[in-house]
Amino acid sequence: MHVPDGFFNVPVSAGAGVVAAAGVAVCLRRARQELDDRTAPMAGLVAAFIFAVQMLNFPVAAGTSGHLLGGALAAILVGPATAVLCVAVVLLVQGFFFADGGLTALGVNITLMAIVTSLVGWAVFRLVSRSAPRSRTAVIVGSFLAALVSVPTSALVFTALFWLGGTAPIELSSVAAAMGGVHVLIGLGEALITALTVSSVLAVRPDLVYGARGLAAPLVLRTADGEVAVEKPATEPATPPAPKRGPRPILLGGGLVALLLAGVVSFYASSAPDGLNKVAADKGFNAYERPHDLENGPLAGYGVSGVEDERLSGGLAGIAGVGITVLVGGAIFFTVRRRRQDKAVA
Amino acid sequence: MTPGSDSGTAVSLQVSGLAYAYPDGTQALFGVDLTITRGERVALLGPNGAGKTTLVMHLNGILTAGHGTVEVAGLPVRADTLREIRRRVGLVFQDPDDQLFMPTVREDVAFGPANLGVRGADLERRVTHALDRVGMLEAANRPPHHLSFGQRRRVAVATVLAMEPEILVLDEPSSNLDPASRRELAQILKNLDVTVLMVTHDLPYALELCERSLILSQGVIAADGATRSLLADDELLAAHRLELPYGFAPSAHPR
Amino acid sequence: MSAGHHHALYLPGDTPVHRLPPQCKLIAAMGFAVAVVATPREAWGAFGLDVLLLAVVAAVGRIPPALVLRRMVVEVPFVLFAVAIPFIGLGERIEVLGVSLSLPGLWAAWNILAKATLGVVASILLAATTEPRMMLLGAERLRLPALLVQIAMFMLRYMSVILDQARRMRIARESRGFVARDIRQAPVLARSAGALFIRSYERGERVHLAMLSRGYTGQMPVIDDLPASWRQWSAAAVLPALALMTAVVARSLA
Repeated sequence: MHVPDGFFNVPVSAGAGVVAAAGVAVCLRRARQELDDRTAPMAGLVAAFIFAVQMLNFPVAAGTSGHLLGGALAAILVGPATAVLCVAVVLLVQGFFFADGGLTALGVNITLMAIVTSLVGWAVFRLVSRSAPRSRTAVIVGSFLAALVSVPTSALVFTALFWLGGTAPIELSSVAAAMGGVHVLIGLGEALITALTVSSVLAVRPDLVYGARGLAAPLVLRTADGEVAVEKPATEPATPPAPKRGPRPILLGGGLVALLLAGVVSFYASSAPDGLNKVAADKGFNAYERPHDLENGPLAGYGVSGVEDERLSGGLAGIAGVGITVLVGGAIFFTVRRRRQDKAVA
Repeated sequence: MTPGSDSGTAVSLQVSGLAYAYPDGTQALFGVDLTITRGERVALLGPNGAGKTTLVMHLNGILTAGHGTVEVAGLPVRADTLREIRRRVGLVFQDPDDQLFMPTVREDVAFGPANLGVRGADLERRVTHALDRVGMLEAANRPPHHLSFGQRRRVAVATVLAMEPEILVLDEPSSNLDPASRRELAQILKNLDVTVLMVTHDLPYALELCERSLILSQGVIAADGATRSLLADDELLAAHRLELPYGFAPSAHPR
Repeated sequence: MSAGHHHALYLPGDTPVHRLPPQCKLIAAMGFAVAVVATPREAWGAFGLDVLLLAVVAAVGRIPPALVLRRMVVEVPFVLFAVAIPFIGLGERIEVLGVSLSLPGLWAAWNILAKATLGVVASILLAATTEPRMMLLGAERLRLPALLVQIAMFMLRYMSVILDQARRMRIARESRGFVARDIRQAPVLARSAGALFIRSYERGERVHLAMLSRGYTGQMPVIDDLPASWRQWSAAAVLPALALMTAVVARSLA
């Protein structure tokens, strides 16, 4: 999804640059509050983790493989502000050190892949974990939905930017359908992997999951008289509660249901897509799907190779099927996202 | 060499009644007491999971005691003394990759003294001197990840020496080293003129470098005495899951 | 590819391009990319001139064309997209070899291809002539938020360490006969990702401890400073200035 130079016109690139800079600046301050002087090493290591995990190819339905974008995952594991910083740094490093993603498109890329995915993912996660009793299941379900929503939302923001200042004369609905469709599918994969990853971290080190902090047992002294319990002083400062400025639950809930529906329907649609195969080839939707395979080309040694290319055509057909489904769902999302963005600006 | 009380039996390190549990609930220390006087080289022995690394983390205030106290050359480890404590206690981590986080060896060695406010030619001199003491001067401008493991560990020692500490604390200094690097590091450590606390389960290394040893087991100090006599006590070693390498007899290594 | 991949873009050398202070090069590459994006797409000559400018930089920096071409692979996904635009684009259509193509679509495809390619090559040249560490120092000099630069510094330092861990996990999986065929294998991969996160996080904590142990108080000490002279700045400014002039001239002619 790394947007190159020349894809958006100068005003949109510059505008996205301002949004990205402002977002990163806010997150720098918030992350410092969350992690104090640990910010630099912790965020650096988590950024390296995201970089590594983006190279891990996961087999997705219909024989294609995708990799994590990681925004929602990072938000749940280390908190939204740190997550934005981590993904933004990954993108900066990819742009400047690996020539991946255009330099003038850095603003667009950071806005789409760092800010939108992390914040939307976190908002959904909070919504779910707040409306359900605090439990492992709630955290895992929340992670699933957070990742599921975050990816297509990012694709829809892309569509909006394209509408504002894309340089290609393509019907907006085609772009929305293709982007939305592909990314609902990718979102499903992302959701599954995010939920499983969070669950596996939760099983081993629950204290590391930002979205779920556990309780500590009291200390015990082993003395001649046996074991004595002592009071533990409060060593760790309580984490400050996130400011309550999430989007309106009902609106978001509606969006969630729509997305789930779209996702489920498309999932089935993708298993019987024969007639749509040709549409996909003609319309060139595949161009959107391919980045996730080819992006890893030079780095394929880290991935799980051999799953992506052979069954690509089957996957493309599935994607087209999803695209049509999402045309309907997309309209709903569009309004949800618009409202949300308005709130963010306000 | 360092400020503080300078009498013959000055105490470098004093730990009393130390207990600690990790945030995930696991308790690692259950009341540790130990004293190390200036100029001593002491080995802290114990099986995996005995709490050795946890204890080390308390020595410079990285972990704060759940219960009990730690004093370095008379100065208690507290939030308001941390800066001075960290200058006095030089910690060499088990994994040199954790310790060498800067882009080049030179910047890494300079990191500590620069944090203490040392700048310019003074800083350069400290860096050069510290790297020279571990024989790594020629690697100054290389990135740490291009060095061999043994070289990285030596640079890690240099990063701490550059701070001119009161006591050098080494966590498993011989782990993952090939025999030659192991011997070179032993040579370097023997020639250093500082108090050393060496945390290890490498018993021959302890015997070679330290006259005195402590055994930490299940979160408490289980034995304290001359390394040679501790290592000769088969029952004691067996009780704490410590073992000498096959065919190694402490009595065959006179000093 | 090999574990050393993540530094493969940098090509050590001692040319005038290599010697320029990194902050000058960063600004030059940025400026060039902006100038290219601002160039009207009808100005064929202007893009030709931009290519020539980059070729001169590559020649002075002794960057072999093969290396640039190899790295241009990152652009492929969007080349595919660009190729699709004429087929799905709107507007007036023309027949080429019996295929109906959109004329505005063709222009758009050309526009994206030309600008993306020039941008990618400029980034490749920047990365190939600037040591990663120098790039960070340059970013610091340009007053990028220090915290952001530090995060990038730690990321670059530990990227290879973490990628190595990921690779060892993959080898461990595969040596026990694991093959990722479809979604049913996802839990295994996710467990690897989870384990990798825990290791990364714990290493982050240990690195932080190592920093604290050496007196870190939240500020990175400034150990190296990289001043740039006016001559160096003006030398670096040649590339974006010429590209900008080209863009301006092309705009006024259009």
